[in-house]
Amino acid sequence: MTTRKDRIARALTDAFTPIRLEVEDDSARHHGHAGAAPGGETHYTVRIVAEAFAGKTALARHRLVNEALAEEFGTGLHALAIEARAP
Amino acid sequence: MAEPIHAFIDNEVKSNDVVLFMKGTPDFPMCGFSGQVVQILNHLGVPYKGINVLENDQLRDGIKTYTNWPTIPQLYVKGEFVGGCDIVREMFQQGELQSHMSGAGVPVKTSV
Repeated sequence: MTTRKDRIARALTDAFTPIRLEVEDDSARHHGHAGAAPGGETHYTVRIVAEAFAGKTALARHRLVNEALAEEFGTGLHALAIEARAP
Repeated sequence: MAEPIHAFIDNEVKSNDVVLFMKGTPDFPMCGFSGQVVQILNHLGVPYKGINVLENDQLRDGIKTYTNWPTIPQLYVKGEFVGGCDIVREMFQQGELQSHMSGAGVPVKTSV
């Protein structure tokens, strides 16, 4: 069974071929909070460095990450902290 | 606009200089990310309107499609989407949020 963390990492790798990528599952820290589901897999942090972000504003970089993960947002991903940079 | 809720949102962001769509209220944020943006806006002494999306499911979904942004909070200045929690915090730390507000004609406390 693939975890959401795996799927996020794969989607971002496919979309941006990042130089650096970290995906953290923070769901446990939000347990019991509105939006947290019993099975977890709701809250994540992504740190990504890729050429695709060069010359783009923070808003544009975050939009690219969100768009690459649209399927996950549609299936229960609730919160995503994003650190997206160009090398 | 396709959805009636979008007309409501559009009216709010155009008739108020600074609007924060959030979970909970500025006095009682119900989410850590919303709370962080409230703290920043309070620190800047910026007058703003907080709108609690938890009060209305249509609004909670509609705000995500309005500006094609999947998460809450969402900050708008002079009718324009600025960003979510990470972007607002990043801009604040680099002094960009202050200049963005001033540039848009929104008074910011200058003393630190």
